[in-house]
Amino acid sequence: MPKQSPIPGDIDKPFWDACNREVLVVQNCKSCDRMQHPPKEKCGGCSSSDNLEWREMSGKGTISTYIVVHDTPVTILQAEQPFNVAVVKLDEDPGITMLSHLPGTAVDAVPIGAKVQVEFETTPATGQKVPEWRVVG
Amino acid sequence: MAVNVQTPPDSMYRSTEGLGVWEHKGKVAAVGIGVSPTARRWDESPETSVGAWTILAIRNAMEDAGVSPEEVDGIVLTPDTSTGVSWPKDRPIPESFVETFNLTDDPLDGIVKLSIEWILKNMPELTNIKFAMHAPTCMSNAIVVGAQAVGDGMTQTCLVVRGWHNLAGRYYVGQGAAGMDTIAGPAGITSGHGVPACGTTAMMFQEYCHKYGKNHDMMANFVITEKRNGLLLPEGYWAQHRPENLTVEDYLAARWIAKPANLYDNDLPICVSAAFVFTTAERAKDMKQKPVYILNHTRTTPKHRGAVQTLDDWQEAADETGRKLYEGAGIKNTDLSFENMYDGFTEFHQFHLEGLRFAGVGRGEALDFYQTDISLEGPNPVSPSGGNAGGGRTRFWLHYDSIQQLQGRAGARQIRKKAEIGVSGAFFPDFNYSTIWSATPD
Repeated sequence: MPKQSPIPGDIDKPFWDACNREVLVVQNCKSCDRMQHPPKEKCGGCSSSDNLEWREMSGKGTISTYIVVHDTPVTILQAEQPFNVAVVKLDEDPGITMLSHLPGTAVDAVPIGAKVQVEFETTPATGQKVPEWRVVG
Repeated sequence: MAVNVQTPPDSMYRSTEGLGVWEHKGKVAAVGIGVSPTARRWDESPETSVGAWTILAIRNAMEDAGVSPEEVDGIVLTPDTSTGVSWPKDRPIPESFVETFNLTDDPLDGIVKLSIEWILKNMPELTNIKFAMHAPTCMSNAIVVGAQAVGDGMTQTCLVVRGWHNLAGRYYVGQGAAGMDTIAGPAGITSGHGVPACGTTAMMFQEYCHKYGKNHDMMANFVITEKRNGLLLPEGYWAQHRPENLTVEDYLAARWIAKPANLYDNDLPICVSAAFVFTTAERAKDMKQKPVYILNHTRTTPKHRGAVQTLDDWQEAADETGRKLYEGAGIKNTDLSFENMYDGFTEFHQFHLEGLRFAGVGRGEALDFYQTDISLEGPNPVSPSGGNAGGGRTRFWLHYDSIQQLQGRAGARQIRKKAEIGVSGAFFPDFNYSTIWSATPD
């Protein structure tokens, strides 16, 4: 689907750069061993900014829920309606969630609880790659 | 002399468990309420701007309370008035608005936002304001801050105020970043998938239904009850402009916005303003209206670590809100006569209700509870205000109705059982400001 192209900022640039290398990373606080996504300037647990690192993920997750969007506010997606948006919980930490259009899964046929694997999709405006997820197994 | 408008410090909020009974329990009271008329959209006349209607609501609230403007020494305002449509870039401010009001440095003040400075510039009768705070986002926040401020002695007679504007255009659709082919900041992660405003709630609702074996059809009685209650709210948009009954068939046939959330699970953005008057319980004794005492207030803030919340996040947060409310008020769930927690979107509501254990309803039980008698006439009145769904998008009908119920002047909406203690709060289960109200101070 023709997604908007994210414009990397100071804080999330390492995440988007990793996407362009087709690697999924998540920000982690070394001090309290706590991951967070989207990346932030400080750890949401200890408020430290000195102990943040980027941790590479396996790219494996599970679908926890989904919706079927019939009335999106995003202009570039309106021609694609209706479409799925699923919530994926990462295997490494189910508290870390990401969104997915679930390429390859029919509209409103989303298997909650199914395993998914990350892949990377190129967005049209700038060529920035973004993570997407596909049902496996 | 200009009033110093402050931002509420964290110390004004009761955000954690273990704080014990609120130090000002029963010592602060709501004694007046006022609202403006409602409209679907702003017609661009100065008399119906959010600024003008907020002035009207404030005057109505003072009259209702029987207080003179010079007796008011405090004001807490939610400065956000947006309903999802932006003022077009480079569009001039209507000349008639410029000619009618005293403007601040921000030309959009009084049109698509509102400041205390604007109010004071245009209400010269408020000559005695010594305490002023902007409480962002939600009138529920302003209520919490106003209650604490009166309790702490920062103000004796305080206005609590919120206004809403609504311009032409669709709710968030194609607005700002949504209309571009690029997206910056955290929104690149959270918004790029095109999730509409109700989408996160629908996701949590879907997960909830999957976990507990429920379905969207089970929402029908709740939404219909809210619409019915809303038509009994003469101040509300639907009662004033579109007195339409909703049937089960209407609800189930409505188009999806983000399945499993349909049109009626979303609220309707409107123009309207409200103001309340808070004062000390001591002073309230001799005032025009029966005082409604505040037993406790709380704030709950998000703790999730991912792009969107999880069902666990919302359920744990709703439970936490319930425990904090009861602890600080020194009451139990069985002491509630009614509940008026947030409903805009309707699929929020069961999380709040379960967190409160209202009528003994626990996790995963609310949709079954919705199939019982939850009407005004029944033993467990749910959302007697009609909420956002029944009265239009305000986030304040819930509080307005709670005060009226406990004063015994809710009219046709008056619950049939005796109204002794009620609860209202908004908005998300994991991000809300909530208040326990009572007909008596203890």
